[in-house]
Amino acid sequence: MLGASADRVGDAVLETLAAAGDYFAFAGRAFLTLFRPPYEFLETFRQLDALGWRTVPLVVAAGFANGIVFSMHTRAMLQTFGAASVMPQAVAVTMIRETGPLVAGLLSAGRIGAGIGSELGAMRVSEQIDALEALGVDAFNYLVGTRVLASIIALPILTVTMDFSGIMGGFVAELVTTGMAWHLYIVQAFDLIGFTDFCASTLKTAVFGFLIGTIACYLGFNTSHGTEGVGEASTRSVVFSSIALILIDVLLVKLTYLVFPQIAMV
Amino acid sequence: MSGDQPAAVRFEGVSKSFGDHVVLDDVSFEIPAGSAFCILGRSGTGKSVTLKQVIGLIQPDSGRIFIHGQDITGMESRDLTEVRRKMGFLFQDAALFDSISVGENVAFPLRRHTDLPNHEVLARARAKLKDVGLEEAFGQMPSELSGGMRKRCGLARALALDPDIVLVDEPSAGLDPITSGEIDQLLIEQRREGVTLIVVTHNIPSARAIGDELALLHEGHLVAQGTADELDASREPIVQAFMRSRGT
Ligand SMILES: Nc1ncnc2c1ncn2[C@@H]1O[C@H](COP(=O)(O)OP(=O)(O)OP(=O)(O)O)[C@@H](O)[C@H]1O
Ligand SMILES: [Mg+2]
Repeated sequence: MLGASADRVGDAVLETLAAAGDYFAFAGRAFLTLFRPPYEFLETFRQLDALGWRTVPLVVAAGFANGIVFSMHTRAMLQTFGAASVMPQAVAVTMIRETGPLVAGLLSAGRIGAGIGSELGAMRVSEQIDALEALGVDAFNYLVGTRVLASIIALPILTVTMDFSGIMGGFVAELVTTGMAWHLYIVQAFDLIGFTDFCASTLKTAVFGFLIGTIACYLGFNTSHGTEGVGEASTRSVVFSSIALILIDVLLVKLTYLVFPQIAMV
Repeated sequence: MSGDQPAAVRFEGVSKSFGDHVVLDDVSFEIPAGSAFCILGRSGTGKSVTLKQVIGLIQPDSGRIFIHGQDITGMESRDLTEVRRKMGFLFQDAALFDSISVGENVAFPLRRHTDLPNHEVLARARAKLKDVGLEEAFGQMPSELSGGMRKRCGLARALALDPDIVLVDEPSAGLDPITSGEIDQLLIEQRREGVTLIVVTHNIPSARAIGDELALLHEGHLVAQGTADELDASREPIVQAFMRSRGT
């Protein structure tokens, strides 16, 4: 009895490891595809529009709301220390360092991950991926390469959009409570943010983009079991890419501090 | 068979299983260039699997497959792509790209593999759709088509690049007798122009009309192969059962 369930656990572990191995091979191939012709510019551009551009409204709304709410909570706290004047700095540092990248990443994992997972899943079960191959198109390059590249490009842009929306939200909150002028707010906001700081935090989201793209493409590309499988590919894309993103984020933050110790000084 | 020219398609001892389910067991056949070959068989016997192996979408477990004398088993995907450009494939469920219009589906292979200007691509796509009687659906989306219309659009796409070898999986399933007859005529015309045809069908009258040779797949083996007359004369019960049917 115990032996049998231990066996089952063993099988599950082996299966998970095999799937992880499969994914890493897939992600590696996707990475190499990015540097190898033929480049599918038109299709990449279309994906950038379908995946990136259409996520912008969500990111703007979330960023703006985040900025306002953060200001309201933090103002009360800073006031008890008599430090309410550093509000703009507080908003900007939080948005640019962590809230912007992470929230934009998670929103994209939901929007982009689900989109890719369900689209490729549906294409797989309706034989459209086979049809591409039959028409002499390298389906991996055409479908996976383009979507992964589009995600890599989209994420930093979405993050900057998020940062900016958050800072705008913070400004609106500040304007309402203290009537602070815009230029003063902006000057203060960027007081503590260095260029390296900004770049490191923003560009790390390209890694998020790679993760979201490859995980969703992997699950979509390997869909089976008909329509049910499509839904599963979509859901799992969101779940797995969100988890992967949070884990990688921790590593990347550590790494940033190692490479740019001056950031940690602030 | 045909002297010095290699066969368009040759299967040499091909076997294929999914798990422990044996679908093809040591199947060999040869299709001379420019002839039409009809594959018959009951549902689930591996007809679609056979077609997909011809175009390299499914790899056999053992045996070899030659296209115009070139071994495609275990071929690099880049080379396989080259071979595929000379083939047209109609999927059983059409497999239309559902994010682009019917016209763009047919134009897709032309855009990928030719340098024709846009107006020429569209003109050709329209002509191919006209051949299958679907001209008016040019701007529609695949989701707006009926099953038979999807099939015909799939056929137009398969023929878009004027391939040497055309593989069609049940071209007349879901079509009314008149349209089905028109599709048969279209295929016969292709054959007359020198195209090699492999047609999977349940429709015996249309197999008689199109096929130079018919083959019956049963329980993993080709149990009969020959002209319609030869198969008519067969004493195998399963062959008789098929040849006497009028199935659709
Ligand atoms: N990708 C696959 N994975 C597992 N089994 C498969 C796969 N493709 C086909 N099969 C199995 O192989 C067998 C043959 O399938 P195939 O689609 O070739 O049948 P068919 O002769 O075309 O039938 P029909 O006339 O109904 O289309 C079936 O039993 C099917 O379950
Ligand atoms: Mg079939």
